[in-house]
Amino acid sequence: MSEKKMMLGNAALARGAWEAGVKVSSAYPGTPSTEISEELVKYPGVYAEWAPNEKVAAEVAIGASFAGVRSLACMKMVGLNVAADPVYSVSYIGADGGLVFVVADDPGLYSSQNEQDTRRVCRAAVVPCLEPADSQEAKDFMKYAYEISEKFDTPVIIRTTTRLAHSQCEVEICDRVEPEDKEYKRDPFKRVMMPGMAKKRHLVVEQRMKDMEEWACSQPFNKVEMGDMTIDGKKIGFITDGIPYQYVKEVCPNASILKLGMCNPLPRKMIEDFAKQVDVLYIFEELEPVIEEQVRAWGIDCIGKELFTIQGEYSANMIRERVLGMDLGIEPTPQIPPRPPILCPGCPHRATYSVLKKLKLHAAGDIGCYTLGALAPLAVVDTTVCMGSSISSLHGMEKAKGHDYIKNWVAVIGDSTFMHTGINSLINMYYNQSHGTVIILDNRTTGMTGHQDHPGTGKTLSGETVPAVHFPTLIKGIGIQNVKVVNPFDTEELTRVLKEETQKEELSVIIAQAPCALLKSEVHPYKVQPLPEKCVHCGACLQPGCPALTKNEDGSIRIDATMCNGCGLCMKMCRFGALEQVKA
Amino acid sequence: MTKNIMIVGVGGQGTLLTSRILGGVMENAGYEVKVSEVHGMAQRGGSVVTFVRYGKDVAEPIVEEGQADVLIAFERLEALRYANFLKKDGVLIVNDWRIDPISVVMGTAQYPENIIENLERTHTVYRINAMEEALRLGNSRVFNNIVLGMAAKHMEFDREDWLKVIEAKVPPKTVEINTKAFLVGYEK
Ligand SMILES: Cc1ncc(C[n+]2csc(CCOP(=O)(O)OP(=O)(O)O)c2C)c(N)n1
Ligand code: SF4
Ligand code: SF4
Repeated sequence: MSEKKMMLGNAALARGAWEAGVKVSSAYPGTPSTEISEELVKYPGVYAEWAPNEKVAAEVAIGASFAGVRSLACMKMVGLNVAADPVYSVSYIGADGGLVFVVADDPGLYSSQNEQDTRRVCRAAVVPCLEPADSQEAKDFMKYAYEISEKFDTPVIIRTTTRLAHSQCEVEICDRVEPEDKEYKRDPFKRVMMPGMAKKRHLVVEQRMKDMEEWACSQPFNKVEMGDMTIDGKKIGFITDGIPYQYVKEVCPNASILKLGMCNPLPRKMIEDFAKQVDVLYIFEELEPVIEEQVRAWGIDCIGKELFTIQGEYSANMIRERVLGMDLGIEPTPQIPPRPPILCPGCPHRATYSVLKKLKLHAAGDIGCYTLGALAPLAVVDTTVCMGSSISSLHGMEKAKGHDYIKNWVAVIGDSTFMHTGINSLINMYYNQSHGTVIILDNRTTGMTGHQDHPGTGKTLSGETVPAVHFPTLIKGIGIQNVKVVNPFDTEELTRVLKEETQKEELSVIIAQAPCALLKSEVHPYKVQPLPEKCVHCGACLQPGCPALTKNEDGSIRIDATMCNGCGLCMKMCRFGALEQVKA
Repeated sequence: MTKNIMIVGVGGQGTLLTSRILGGVMENAGYEVKVSEVHGMAQRGGSVVTFVRYGKDVAEPIVEEGQADVLIAFERLEALRYANFLKKDGVLIVNDWRIDPISVVMGTAQYPENIIENLERTHTVYRINAMEEALRLGNSRVFNNIVLGMAAKHMEFDREDWLKVIEAKVPPKTVEINTKAFLVGYEK
């Protein structure tokens, strides 16, 4: 019996993996890919885990594929950079049990540090890439991906985008298939990548792509919808992939469309035939001109990035304006104060940053909620590159200019990010004799991506309680003696420790430990309220930038009781006792 | 005809739940429905927007400028920010509530005055101070269902359709208070 259900793209990917008989999944969280794992773990018969980073996750999936079962690794697109090493090589090795990587791009930069296009990596790594355009396809393509992986002996990447991952539509639910596990036979010429073996495998990889290119011309995921739409008497056609297909359908349901479900390899013959049947050919693809460059290289005339953009998300209005020449008469967005994201009321990072700010320390930053400390009014984070980079870049600054130069600097890194790659950088600092100060902002969770567990929290993706990696022991195990654990809301103590540690001729690690304010376990029994009669309107309490506090017209302070979490940081700022804790 | 609904607010205000209730009601009515949400960074107190579209054939999952039939705003400044997404004859439901962006708190920007009054000149606007009403019910967090209740009155579905979906989508322990909240808005 077929049943339909509203599903997020990510939930549909999870469902598809389950229906395809996936047995092992490993991932590191990253918007917009996180929910795939959170959904998949709910199904029976699948082992799903959080790994400390994407490289580990990809390798776990590869191992499961060696063992003959269908396996999955999920990540956001920058995670693929971290996992690039195994992914490029497993392209040569191929797949025993079906091997699929889901990689989520973020056109429009909703939650990312760059706007890179995974389709480019697929071409570079010579890995086939599927691109669903809605939740139903997300599920269907996941199943195709496993078939392709096993048929062509290759890993497959499914590329999604934020819009696909976080949109819901109806999906038809099917049963799970239970493919038989592949039997393991030792074959070092295929699975041990040394130069001699890899040379031969490289030939196989290139031939595989050629075979797939031809095969893909007759597969259901690449489809032609011929229409009769014309502009100025000329028949127009679109080649498009993923979510942009929906914008084309929205505006030009009668146009001729070649919808590519697979963007690597491109079905050359199919594209050439399609191009011949239209007078004007538009390539409508978000981000890089990946399809366009290839189509042009084949000598086919088309219109692409000269009309559409490389940056940001596409839209139906983009087609209305740029293809149909419509004047939509859209009122400009009013000039009003923007509302960027900020640290939550009661966030422990705010406490740490208020101390850094007071001590006029610069922070080499990293990736997480705490990156928001780059913005006013805290403005203490000076740099952010990628996960783990805070510690290594501080080390680089010290090696460039000497320890004195960084005595007013610290590195700040979240607990999840520390487990991800920060630990490597810390080992480097110890090994190469740096004297800098590293603060681990340990809020006991992966906050930014929606509160996932990691090796330091003592819980797994399936909710099991396990021994937690104990940071002080881990760090001391490296050989670093100077490790302090401080509660950042104890601002006096944190101030004292920081003053001391930043001046020492010795590497120091400060673990600023207090739970994320959004963790369910974290409920203060208080709220804070102003005492107007004591308030001198100095505004000191506003300095850390807690959004629960605002200034009234007359300069007195108002606290939104529905937002305040009672952390008490604002009280610490006030020298006049004009804020008091009351029972919540 | 595809209908376009937008829910806008401040990250953490619960626009996701509201969009899922809306989607559920339309799905039950037999429409094709697409819902597009914002997860991740913006959920930390930033400006957030979710889209719900329903009809016979729905292609794109988002609502674009000039296309919204109903704009549900959980905060005044956000209503203003997205007002240009409304169709000429679109309806704005706004929670008469103010949350200052950090620039306003720090005194480097001004929160615009008379937002609702100005929007009323060019749009059909229904307003409610849902936060005050929710506090009266004893739980500030149910304010979004009060706003939804008010929006529901201007849409084609029956009261029972909404209550059924609310019951299914909110945490079991909060069904009663959320139903009450919805009715406060619905009966205004
Ligand atoms: C390579 C890579 N993987 C994943 C992400 C997505 N991501 C952004 S921040 C973050 C983790 C933040 O957790 P933590 O370091 O504990 O800081 P918190 O947000 O809790 O303050 C993740 C996984 C990323 N940006 N880059
Ligand atoms: S989610 Fe947690 S870590 Fe992130 S800003 Fe909020 S309180 Fe801070
Ligand atoms: S106690 Fe003060 S700083 Fe903490 S959440 Fe409440 S208002 Fe904000």
